[in-house]
Amino acid sequence: MADEKDREEIIVAEFHKKIKEAFEVFDHESNNTVDVREIGTIIRSLGCCPTEGELHDLIAEVEEEEPTGYIRFEKFLPVMTEILLERKYRPIPEDVLLRAFEVLDSAKRGFLTKDELIKYMTEEGEPFSQEEMEEMLSAAIDPESNSINYKDYITMMVTDEN
Amino acid sequence: MGCSSSSTKTRRSDTSLRAALIIQNWYRGYKARLKARQHYALTIFQSIEYADEQGQMQLSTFFSFMLENYTHIHKEELELRNQSLESEQDMRDRWDYVDSIDVPDSYNGPRLQFPLTCTDIDLLLEAFKEQQILHAHYVLEVLFETKKVLKQMPNFTHIQTSPSKEVTICGDLHGKLDDLFLIFYKNGLPSERNPYVFNGDFVDRGKNSIEILMILCVSFLVYPNDLHLNRGNHEDFMMNLRYGFTKEILHKYKLHGKRILQILEEFYAWLPIGTIVDNEILVIHGGISETTDLNLLHRVERNKMKSVLIPPTETNRDHDTDSKHNKVGVTFNAHGRIKTNGSPTEHLTKHEWEQIIDILWSDPRGKNGCFPNTCRGGGCYFGPDVTSKILNKYQLKMLIRSHECKPEGYEICHDGKVVTIFSASNYYEEGSNRGAYIKLCSGTTPRFFQYQVTKATCFQPLRQRVDTMENSAIKILRERVISRKSDLTRAFQLQDHRKSGKLSVSQWAFCMENILGLNLPWRSLSSNLVNIDQNGNVEYMSSFQNIRIEKPVQEAHSTLVETLYRYRSDLEIIFNAIDTDHSGLISMEEFRAMWKLFSSHYNVHIDDSQVNKLANIMDLNKDGSIDFNEFLKAFYVVHRYEDLMKPDVTNLG
Repeated sequence: MADEKDREEIIVAEFHKKIKEAFEVFDHESNNTVDVREIGTIIRSLGCCPTEGELHDLIAEVEEEEPTGYIRFEKFLPVMTEILLERKYRPIPEDVLLRAFEVLDSAKRGFLTKDELIKYMTEEGEPFSQEEMEEMLSAAIDPESNSINYKDYITMMVTDEN
Repeated sequence: MGCSSSSTKTRRSDTSLRAALIIQNWYRGYKARLKARQHYALTIFQSIEYADEQGQMQLSTFFSFMLENYTHIHKEELELRNQSLESEQDMRDRWDYVDSIDVPDSYNGPRLQFPLTCTDIDLLLEAFKEQQILHAHYVLEVLFETKKVLKQMPNFTHIQTSPSKEVTICGDLHGKLDDLFLIFYKNGLPSERNPYVFNGDFVDRGKNSIEILMILCVSFLVYPNDLHLNRGNHEDFMMNLRYGFTKEILHKYKLHGKRILQILEEFYAWLPIGTIVDNEILVIHGGISETTDLNLLHRVERNKMKSVLIPPTETNRDHDTDSKHNKVGVTFNAHGRIKTNGSPTEHLTKHEWEQIIDILWSDPRGKNGCFPNTCRGGGCYFGPDVTSKILNKYQLKMLIRSHECKPEGYEICHDGKVVTIFSASNYYEEGSNRGAYIKLCSGTTPRFFQYQVTKATCFQPLRQRVDTMENSAIKILRERVISRKSDLTRAFQLQDHRKSGKLSVSQWAFCMENILGLNLPWRSLSSNLVNIDQNGNVEYMSSFQNIRIEKPVQEAHSTLVETLYRYRSDLEIIFNAIDTDHSGLISMEEFRAMWKLFSSHYNVHIDDSQVNKLANIMDLNKDGSIDFNEFLKAFYVVHRYEDLMKPDVTNLG
């Protein structure tokens, strides 16, 4: 019992350090605040994958009563620690990702055309901005066929991250 | 019929909506992690850069220490400089520096015509685009003439803008010629209708420092009232020794390089300290401190500020005649010749010197107050309260400064009162940051323009840019790590009670931070730097596995090798300073004496006999002298080949 409590304390302490490290990298003025627009990046860099909607709610949780455009570390830390402890917003497993592409590829061709990809990504779900779309296209689309072979694409991205 | 088909349609669009969500969510996560890796890489670059600057400042104290203790200065090398009439001096100098050098007929590069006109600016730009090198005669002539004009200028240039005459402010260029070309392309060449302020750090690090300096000086000579140059902390011959400009000059100008270095030393000191726009915007390179006294800075004799590494002597009083030679006014010039200056009034007071250092070296921070800038070792960190206080004191509205690399090329802080402008894109590495410039006009808000020089014809995807940056950053970080291998190993072993060869990530991070003195996100970087087993423990000796220091000689003890590798930049500067006849050689005696001082000042515990042995081995000719450039070249690191290669995935996109 005492041991378990110790272990949890150690885990929490480690999380705190990890969160602090990730936060500090974006704390440009070294005053324990970050721009609210970087919060998504920080949370995702810690291995979590909230949707835009979930992110929106999280920001509301860590913002000041009167939003200043900045998030303070003191408010961010407890919220982020809880997310890590509860293992919330787990990243998407490779096979789920593959199935998602397959769903969109109703004809089961093994690829999506550039136009199809653009249509789905900018019209459905939580639509991409133009910048996000261009960014994804630049790495994903094979310029010769003007399409994305999603299986290869996923493999490449996953290897790259590891 | 209608119902069922529409419900299938709804079901299908539901699943496609969910599928799209999954892909978008995953992609955003991936992109965010890329961005974070980019920031980590930037943090690494910046920490190491500032730690290096700190090392440079440490060198300054070492020089003072050395001067007090190093009694082997050849008395016959000391020159007493006389205070002669300035014009006479100038005439004599001109012959020495410029006229005695001929431009051969075979020279194919640009030929400048004095007095310079805008044709000469175009000529230079074209020539430099073709990667031609300007002949030393012209380099010297330009520097000489520029210095003459700068001498007439006050410490702060006051300029006025108008709706038809905006001023463009550029930040650090650091020898990146492509960025200057891009700025001129986007914003036009300097002219009476298109004034510019270049806010320091034109040189060092990039490979075209001299070309940038030439373009700026020639433009200045053509438009002295519309092209303004502020001094940066790298307009300092001691900094140039460490950060690349000296090397660039000696490489491009093998015959006359030393002469160019000599004139640069004085040239730098005549650069104005800052510019004031419309009586309300202060433009200086670094920053301010809570004691910044603009009135004093307007009055100070700026040309006495030779280098950040040559602090004023403690006293300007005379002691006995002997110490007057050794202590008062002993300086190093660009190629190490130690000389004395005739009178104590050739120096700034300590207070004046510190005021200028603050202007050239300080950085703004979010925390209120004013603290010594421990990262860089010079100047201070100043908070928003200091900014308000100083701006109010002198009825100014804004401070524009440079000195720090920002990912977007500029950054606004202190409630809009401080702007950082940085004009060298891809400063640390291809893709690391944008460059920017500001256009100012009284009565309107400043406008920012960003750009980035790209090598490839098509813009690389973010992933590749981040990969490049990250690899570069990790590489230089590994070089730091290997240079402290002995100290790190000892620290690791101290923590490793069970002698298992493993530590927790926390323990490993603790050791790394303490020994290297770098405040980095070690936990996030750990996977790049060490092997981690399935239980999440670090095999700490794997910190050293991807890199090794090449031993110049087999017999050299590894600790010695490590230490010499670690301090090689400092040693290079020190050797250069000692090498009073700039032969590239120092005597065994000088080497031993210098090493003794160095090891005691830097607290380096290397056996004297080991150093002697090494020196003896390095004395290849057995003639009692050491070629120190060869000596230092022998210490380099070898990165493991495989690590530098990443799978080529460009085919897919």
